[in-house]
Amino acid sequence: MEYYLQLVINGLVVGSIYALVALGFVVIYKATKVVNFAQGELVMVGAYACFSLTVEMQLPFLLSFLMTLGFSVVLGLAIERLVLRPMIGEPIISVVMVTIGLSSILKSLVQMFWGTQIQVYPQVLPQEPYFVMGVPVAPVYIAAFVLSALLFAIFSVFFKYSRLGVAMRATALDQCAAASMGIGIKSIFALSWCIAAVVSSVGGVILGNINGINAQLGHLGLKVFPAVILGGLDSLLGAALGGIVIGVLENVCDGAAKQLLGLGGFKEVAAFIVLVIILMVKPYGFFGTKQIERV
Amino acid sequence: MQGKCGLFFESYREEAALLVGGFQKARFAALLVVLCVCPFVLNAYHLSILILINIAVVGAVSLNLLTGMCGQISLGHGAFLGVGAYACGALTLQGVPFLVALPAAGCITAATGMLFGIPSLRLKGIYLAIATLAAQLILQYIFLHWDAVTGGSIGLALDPPSIAGMTFDTDEKMFYLTLGVAMVMLVMASNLMRSRHGRAFVAIRDFYLSAEIVGVNLFAYKLMAFAVSSFMAGVAGGLWGHYLQFVTPEPFGLGLSISYLAMCIIGGLGSIQGAVFGAIFLTLLPEVLTWLLEVGSAVFPGASQYLVAAKEGVFGLVLVLFLIFEPEGLQRRWRLFKAWCKLFPFAY
Repeated sequence: MEYYLQLVINGLVVGSIYALVALGFVVIYKATKVVNFAQGELVMVGAYACFSLTVEMQLPFLLSFLMTLGFSVVLGLAIERLVLRPMIGEPIISVVMVTIGLSSILKSLVQMFWGTQIQVYPQVLPQEPYFVMGVPVAPVYIAAFVLSALLFAIFSVFFKYSRLGVAMRATALDQCAAASMGIGIKSIFALSWCIAAVVSSVGGVILGNINGINAQLGHLGLKVFPAVILGGLDSLLGAALGGIVIGVLENVCDGAAKQLLGLGGFKEVAAFIVLVIILMVKPYGFFGTKQIERV
Repeated sequence: MQGKCGLFFESYREEAALLVGGFQKARFAALLVVLCVCPFVLNAYHLSILILINIAVVGAVSLNLLTGMCGQISLGHGAFLGVGAYACGALTLQGVPFLVALPAAGCITAATGMLFGIPSLRLKGIYLAIATLAAQLILQYIFLHWDAVTGGSIGLALDPPSIAGMTFDTDEKMFYLTLGVAMVMLVMASNLMRSRHGRAFVAIRDFYLSAEIVGVNLFAYKLMAFAVSSFMAGVAGGLWGHYLQFVTPEPFGLGLSISYLAMCIIGGLGSIQGAVFGAIFLTLLPEVLTWLLEVGSAVFPGASQYLVAAKEGVFGLVLVLFLIFEPEGLQRRWRLFKAWCKLFPFAY
């Protein structure tokens, strides 16, 4: 039983990171209808940026964390301006492929600057585990969970009450109407890429503190798809819930497959099998906007 | 097909011909002759690239049928090639002759493709892309873990293919085999596109609702597109596995699916000629890059250690630049070039 409890707790932590990355994905999709296949690479670039500031430049962790966030803002702006802006109005496949091309570029830049070896962050938080329901949990796990929850709270408030948040929601709902009310659509697009890059890099830094980072980190971006489809492609609450559910589900399935069937590596596909089932049964997820359309 | 000066069609059959007019026929014949002479002229390295191009052409044309013509985005094409490679390999290991095993592998892949194509009946656009992404990862998992058939992570070791007592054990013979298969597949695809079924595919791509209203059965035609496309992908996979004489799960990953999609985009979506251009371009790109870095490492020592990263980066860059500046791909450039040749001394 403790085995499964441990799996659930691991799943919650991994899931909270999925949720963060999914949050970035959903913000972009909601505002610009762009499906971002480079989300995992944004995570990776953020993680490496923070790594190089703390380890190679010897800055204090908190300072380099803040600088990473600044770097992400610039990165998000640059990507939106250079790559995505010319693609407005192009068919879906072109937009999908442009983000895939972007992910290749980011991946290769990371490999050129930092190589492919696994890199380890310095110890920021204490080692001694806390005990949650009798199960030892590392402080970094708790910090990860709390930080994700905090970011979600901040963004929910932002979207609900701030002027910019309302403007973003308006743009998502109807671009023409929003533009005629004096909202700058282009700046909203840029802002959504900034937010996506920032939350992704926070996810990357957390992951780096847990496992270390390597050039394969971008694969995380694929796990976002089950999470956002489960939650609904354009729902923030859905992203949070979907991320956590997928994280727990894949850890528990993996553990169960290993223990009961002796199958290794089931983690990689469990989420995608769930994805296929959701797509067949409830394609708009828990909270997604339903488009009534017979295909 | 745009009409040329002095070319008048007197029957529909004439208009639907694959090669119109004497010049096109002569050009095609010349191309065939050049290709047939290649093995006698080129060295082993260049020949192996040509073989890979032949295989990539089959794969790219098959994906262009599905994505370019029928409008169904597939991120699982690499895995379909893998299914073909494993099916063909497993069949020949059981003693089935290659000539039977290759089409059989195509049929097995077609069945797999139809299975994963079923969601396309409910899903469109991005949802379908994500569903095929799931298919890719699930199939990859099966390649790695169904030890009894796929040999797991060790893979399958195959003999060179042999047809009617003739063994294709050298690169020269293999080149003719792949060229032959590629030609058959190209003719098949072109024939499909000028038939009723091909036009139905295009109708679905352009607007599914009006297609259904004019009587195209969406269910049947979408599945048919998946079946035909995966059949050809399976044949390409079977050829590839037998050329390498070794099938492992690694080459058939998401990267392969993406590079086939990129071939279609760079060549020109929805055109068979475009897919061929794209396949040639993207197969040559890494080789040219390798050569450039080898030359470059004479000037900047250590340049070649960036090879893997540079391949990936240049691939992404080329893809992004094509999408932004030439979304219709190389095929449009070729058309412009032909028009320029025709008008040459007087541009207007």
